[in-house]
Amino acid sequence: MARVVVDVMLKPEILDPQGQAVQRALPRLGFDGISDVRQGKRFELEVDGPVDEAALARVRELAESFLANTVIEDFAVKVEEVTEAAE
Amino acid sequence: MTARIGVVTFPGSLDDRDTRRAIRLAGAEPVALWHKDRDLHQVDAVVLPGGFSYGDYLRAGAISRFSPVMESVIEQAKAGLPVLGICNGFQVLTEAHLLPGAMLGNDHLHFICRDQKLRVENTDTAWTGDYTAGQEIHIPLKNMDGRYVADAHTLEKLEAEGRVVFRYLGLNPNGSLNDIAGITNEAGNVVGLMPHPEHAVESLIGTGRTDGLPFFTSILKKLVNA
Repeated sequence: MARVVVDVMLKPEILDPQGQAVQRALPRLGFDGISDVRQGKRFELEVDGPVDEAALARVRELAESFLANTVIEDFAVKVEEVTEAAE
Repeated sequence: MTARIGVVTFPGSLDDRDTRRAIRLAGAEPVALWHKDRDLHQVDAVVLPGGFSYGDYLRAGAISRFSPVMESVIEQAKAGLPVLGICNGFQVLTEAHLLPGAMLGNDHLHFICRDQKLRVENTDTAWTGDYTAGQEIHIPLKNMDGRYVADAHTLEKLEAEGRVVFRYLGLNPNGSLNDIAGITNEAGNVVGLMPHPEHAVESLIGTGRTDGLPFFTSILKKLVNA
């Protein structure tokens, strides 16, 4: 079994008030020097069978049509190795 | 003879009953439609009501857009069926790409519930014929994800083609670009807006005005005279 991770982020030009609220809280918590925070979503998909090019193409298709709204969001797909020990 | 106007109920819809009531008060026949049923039961128009369909999981409207009933709504809207999306219904219409742009969380991060002043800027749509151009109306606004966004090119096109149907007046309640409260598609049969006309159809309740009723009399006149 393999894990495919889809990261979804608002496009850079889209205002992210949640990220701004997090950023503004940081100095109060003693974390200085962080000038900007953008908040996104991470999806972890457990894929049955081999993660070949065809499987990745299907994941990209579902990311583009469903997990992300490409009017406002960008997405990135990557494969993550799941080791026996971790399972 | 009157018009049959369908109102879709998704799991999490809240304003479907109020919308059916508004349709009845306007003199049309409301028809309840179910999210799992592809059949639109020969309705002459469809309203997607407010609420939090499918819990607004993922993004508001993102899961509803793939429901069985929406397959038929999308197909028939493209063929000219009048469709009105109110609040969550507007979010479903943008997710379904029947209307351009997208809806995001209010810029102040709070749920908002207030009587909102709007200007009607386009009276040529299927849903706004009974207003006068430039008319100012008060109807309730209540939402979490009301910030309309679109890229610069899309905004320019909407403005140039007169497809901004409603604009917020007085105060922009959610950070929507160009103070946009509602838009239409190129053909004018699909309209979406965040505020709630179905809550302003009787003088006894809500804003004390009936500024929302013309939505429903507009579509009735259009369908009956068609």
